[in-house]
Amino acid sequence: MKYVCRPKGHAHDCDCGKDSMSVVGDRAVIDLSLSATQPMHYTTLNCAMRKAMRQGCLSIELKGVMGQRYLASTASVPGLHVAVHGTPGNDLGAFLNGPTIEVFGNAQDMTGNTMNSGRIIVHGNAWDVTGLAARGGQILVKGDTGYRVGIHMKEFGESRPTTVIGGTAKDYLGEYMAGGTILVLGLGGGPPVGRSLGAGMHGGRIFVRGEVSPEQLGPGAALLPLNEDDEREVRRLLGDFIKAFGTEVHQDMNGYVKIAPSSSRPFSGYYDKTNV
Amino acid sequence: MIDAPSSRRLDHRLPERFMPTINYDLCRVCRRCVNECSYQALEFKESRVVPSGGCVACGRCIAVCPANCIEVRPVPPQFAPHGNWSERSRRSILAQASSGGVLLSSCGADDTHPPIFDDLLLDAAQVTNPSIDPLREPVETITYLGRRPGRLEVCDGKVIVQEDDTPLIRMDMPLMFGHISLGSISYNAQKALFMAANELRIVAGSGEGGLHPDFYQYADRICSEVASGRFGIKPEYLKGVAAVEIKIGQGAKPGHGGHLPGEKVTTMISETRMIPRGTDALSPYPHHDIYSIEDLAQLVSVLKESTEYRLPVGVKIAAVHNVGAIASGLVRAGADFLTVDGFKGGTGAAPRVIRDHAGLPVEVAIAAVDRRLTQEGLRNRVTVCAGGGVRSSADMIKALALGADVVMVSTSAMIAMGCRVCQQCHRGLCSWGIATQRDDLTSRLDPQVAAARIVRLYRAWNEELKEVMGAMGIDSVESLVGNRDRLRYRGPNPKIAEVMNVKHIGEGWG
Repeated sequence: MKYVCRPKGHAHDCDCGKDSMSVVGDRAVIDLSLSATQPMHYTTLNCAMRKAMRQGCLSIELKGVMGQRYLASTASVPGLHVAVHGTPGNDLGAFLNGPTIEVFGNAQDMTGNTMNSGRIIVHGNAWDVTGLAARGGQILVKGDTGYRVGIHMKEFGESRPTTVIGGTAKDYLGEYMAGGTILVLGLGGGPPVGRSLGAGMHGGRIFVRGEVSPEQLGPGAALLPLNEDDEREVRRLLGDFIKAFGTEVHQDMNGYVKIAPSSSRPFSGYYDKTNV
Repeated sequence: MIDAPSSRRLDHRLPERFMPTINYDLCRVCRRCVNECSYQALEFKESRVVPSGGCVACGRCIAVCPANCIEVRPVPPQFAPHGNWSERSRRSILAQASSGGVLLSSCGADDTHPPIFDDLLLDAAQVTNPSIDPLREPVETITYLGRRPGRLEVCDGKVIVQEDDTPLIRMDMPLMFGHISLGSISYNAQKALFMAANELRIVAGSGEGGLHPDFYQYADRICSEVASGRFGIKPEYLKGVAAVEIKIGQGAKPGHGGHLPGEKVTTMISETRMIPRGTDALSPYPHHDIYSIEDLAQLVSVLKESTEYRLPVGVKIAAVHNVGAIASGLVRAGADFLTVDGFKGGTGAAPRVIRDHAGLPVEVAIAAVDRRLTQEGLRNRVTVCAGGGVRSSADMIKALALGADVVMVSTSAMIAMGCRVCQQCHRGLCSWGIATQRDDLTSRLDPQVAAARIVRLYRAWNEELKEVMGAMGIDSVESLVGNRDRLRYRGPNPKIAEVMNVKHIGEGWG
């Protein structure tokens, strides 16, 4: 079947990336400012990135990204590193399956949507619904995040997604959470998490550095102290965070609280199965 | 797995609904019925088989009895007759007063309100347009799923397709299997559906439970589903199949999420869905990345990017009151095909209040979508699939004539496999091995046998479609789609005919 790189477009022998991409060895650089069409359409950029991946590139550097969406969606090349300079659009690294994406700027909504494995490192803020339904891999955000981050994260076997937020998260963090770990550090000051925290969660765990009052919890979530395994995991995630951003974080475990589900079957008594 | 009756106080125990009755003159006391009854409604006591309560009329005992001596009788009304307070309304109140729970049910809405399909009559050719004999002359039922090219240009004798050329999926008949997940049904049942779809050369939905590794052999006949739970989505689930469908809603429970109870999340289900064993598999009510048509356009686009524009990407919605405008939004959001699931559509588990009271009959929904898309100049661009309560080839034909390109069926395929529509899917005890994950029950269903039965059923429906098309003098199913002039309404409410843009009986052409 024919490859098409643009909805309104041409067959696969296309010009995407011709004027903006240079490949040296296994390193590709795509400079969006060199594109004849300004701003470069996301389909063109994604097509060029796929070309680089097909050529076996293990490093793709994007310069001058201006809101182009869906970058590296479903990218599955093991060991691939994508560096994004500028501001990527929504759904960065959706369905990501292995590669590492590093954003030198802010990310928008739905970063790491339904990601399977790999890493997304954001040297700035990442906004709403970051890490939606993630099933593996890691998302590290240096700054703040928006609403409903880490919704419906799950885990299975060895796949356990982790998200570390250096700044704060807003309401509904970890809603419907079924697995994985979220760590919020609240480094920039202000309340680290909002309301309806972990609403309907039935798996996984959320660690917050700072104060969380019971009124902030959503239904199904419980406030607990950290056990030894938890402390080990927080230290490991702090290590990842420090390594990625070089920021120093106070490692005193007394400052952390854990939010975990009160039951893995939150609605088991909710339904009546009588044959009426 | 089932709610223990002992947890309920005796004074609230409800009268039985069905009573298996055994003709002891014929019974050989082989006890097969006792062993086969997964609801434990029969027991062996004092050298004979006796009913022990809880019969759901699944019909398994009748089917396995070698002496043909079992009859399941509906228990006559046990409450004082009342025109307003039906038996069911009183039973519901008694049950909820005991449990305090939301009443759960399965299969489609079982109210007795007659379907609009039954109020429609088909036309046939006489004198002025000759009918066609489908056994001896070509009558075409090949149907394509996907976005149609907007324009063709003929230049120097060559046809040039303008705009996008997303591939179309060719199907031998205007039929697809609805999305039934592994989890709601068993491995063997889903395998039978995929085998049948492969044989019939049509498309089958995966449901949102992921795709078992064994089923990738049927991938070019599978439409994988991206629903709000995002279960089992990995690159090959998106890239390696025939089409991808975003599920926004389901006809049996519009606006509601999914809930696979932890008991059904066995090791196999947990591996396929990629969730821990024994936890409830919850699908959020909305997609939290879709709060608008613009957001939907993003999920459509990211799926198209992910599949490199090689697959059609569709969107499925439940038929709701504003379905026409929503369908227009779906097409504008980039959906290559859209599926409208009517209010009588099936489910493995849904709150009864939603199943029985929310949504729109699919007949009206099809007509509304077809008209709205036609008015906006979009109808020729997309494939419209519709289902939810299609019981026969006649319903299928009427759905096509109302404006659907493809008719979606599920419950009829289940019935072909053995289902008796006893509406107990949510209990996970299906005695036919369909809606259950219990190994001893699932092994009752042979996928080969079940697939052959499904294939025979729909081949027969397709022949009946050809017979009707021939009788109408129509030689290609595309000429039947949206041909509402070949329908007449004879029901009680002419307003329905008016909103469906179908003429009343007695009204001629033109």
